[in-house]
Amino acid sequence: MRSGITTAHSVIEPALVTKRIAGGLVILYAVLTMVPLVWIGLTAFKTPPDSISYPPKILFEPSLEGFCNLFTTRSRQTQEYLHSLPPPQGRCEALARDRSMVVVSESKFVPRFWNSIVIAFGSTALAVGLGTLAAYGFSRFKVPLKDDLLFFILSTRMMPPIAVAIPIFLMYREIGLSDTKLGMILLYTAVNVSLAVWLLKGFIDEIPREYEEAAMIDGYTRLQAFRKVVLPQAATGIAATAIFCLIFAWNEYAFAVLLTSGDAQTAPPFIPIIIGEGGQDWPAVAAGTTLFLIPIVVFTILLRRHLLRGITFGAVRK
Amino acid sequence: MPPALSVRVRGLSDRAIAWIFIAPTMVLLLAINIFPLIWTIRLSFTNYRANRPNAPVRDVGLQHYQDILTNPDVWAALQVTARFVIASIVLQTILGFLLAWLIDKKFRGHGFWTTVILIPMMLSPAVVGNFWTFLFQPQIGLFNYVVGFFTGIPPSSFQMLGDVQLSPWAIVLVDTWMWTPYVMLICLAGLRAIPENIYEAAEVDRASKWRQFWTITLPMAAPFIMLAVLFRGIENFRMFDMVNLLTGGGPGSTTEVASITLKREAFEKWRTGYSSAFAIILFVTVFGLANIYVKALNRVKNR
Repeated sequence: MRSGITTAHSVIEPALVTKRIAGGLVILYAVLTMVPLVWIGLTAFKTPPDSISYPPKILFEPSLEGFCNLFTTRSRQTQEYLHSLPPPQGRCEALARDRSMVVVSESKFVPRFWNSIVIAFGSTALAVGLGTLAAYGFSRFKVPLKDDLLFFILSTRMMPPIAVAIPIFLMYREIGLSDTKLGMILLYTAVNVSLAVWLLKGFIDEIPREYEEAAMIDGYTRLQAFRKVVLPQAATGIAATAIFCLIFAWNEYAFAVLLTSGDAQTAPPFIPIIIGEGGQDWPAVAAGTTLFLIPIVVFTILLRRHLLRGITFGAVRK
Repeated sequence: MPPALSVRVRGLSDRAIAWIFIAPTMVLLLAINIFPLIWTIRLSFTNYRANRPNAPVRDVGLQHYQDILTNPDVWAALQVTARFVIASIVLQTILGFLLAWLIDKKFRGHGFWTTVILIPMMLSPAVVGNFWTFLFQPQIGLFNYVVGFFTGIPPSSFQMLGDVQLSPWAIVLVDTWMWTPYVMLICLAGLRAIPENIYEAAEVDRASKWRQFWTITLPMAAPFIMLAVLFRGIENFRMFDMVNLLTGGGPGSTTEVASITLKREAFEKWRTGYSSAFAIILFVTVFGLANIYVKALNRVKNR
């Protein structure tokens, strides 16, 4: 965050008491707003009985059962069968035995998480690549109907996702892209490219044209000037844009739940349907949620200087 | 050879480069957005059902549009949507502006706490919304417990997600938790854009702090507040993920926003033609809102 330049004796500098009260209230809000997230993190390390105890437990003995349940599927067995088995191999098997179960196989969490990674990075690379080119085109050249084209690009992102999903569902069924990673990558690219163009146009607008013109007078072609002068100058903007695209694709749920069911399913539609015996296995859900959210929290901290710009399509820059 | 000429001779013309750079994006958007949109318009005049691709398709003209606009259930869904949009925006704007105003007092550590506050808005509404269903569990949920602890109401006596009265508020609450930081961040930019010398002049004129707030702070931050309101309005109008996971539109249809209705028609009842018409109606509405939004964006930008 930018901090204003104020002198110690400025007439508008708030009094110390005012600052303390303001700070206290903001910190109170920040702490309250973190409670649900902290609770997710705590629940991930509870045993299933601890997670649903009344009153809710703040102090408990940490357990990895949630993570074990997230990564494995288990089945209930009779005591005679369990006694006939050799001693458990590994922590998850031991935890399962304590609940009269055996680990049957690995769960689908890892493949779903992997799908999320592939689709998010694939669509981000494409969107940022296409977006950088288009943004440069819109920033530097006279394009007929420029404002209309830019508005059109922006408006595609505002369409209700379910309305877009109906024809995409039919189209993908016709051309064999249903439930494929490629189909999801193309769809997310189309959604993200609008953000990428708008954000990157703002970043490229800020690079003085004189840099390229100087390079071209020195004998560079326009394309060389773009590659060797503009791209390095825009690197921070491109990185910030990429993280925004990554976060969108990572978080997306509506298209994922309607258009994927198996091979290409990402983590967001998968995590809510993790169930154990007799309903949702909350420690496992919390463990999956924690693993899913951590990268975003890290990215948010990295991005904080560019957040404002990203969420307003580059309209507000400071 | 003079340098300017050599540029023209050795490279592609600027005009060609402009089109080569812009065309791929346009082609992608035409293929993934415009072509399907045209398909949707075509389908909206037919009785096509996606789960029976081989059944004969009949043209029904404007029948679907007429049915939708005269269907009380559709109007109920639009009302639910409007109420959700208005309630959440009012709450988020008040809370967001207040937070921004407090943060702008620049107390020690305000940068760190601002970042903390911003975290919820970057998270997946679906994954986090799903976890809120756990917090809202009647007996064991943390939310019910905390409310019970402070008010004395037994935590098992109310269901945030199962109660006709409470469930719309549960959605507003989670939405506010998630998106207040968004409004806060934009308002903060607005507050920081106000030149300090205006306040200094007001101090010289002995204007009270109260008066300064109403005559300087609020009017000068207003375009930014409008921007936040418009953007939240569009986003909440098309909201699907959080509502789908928190209540799925229930109980009954008390939280059935337009997106949920559309999903039920399109992907549960498979009335593809009918839902295409509904989708077009929602498109037109959002397009209108987006138009207003972009005009407002440009106004803020050109200040």
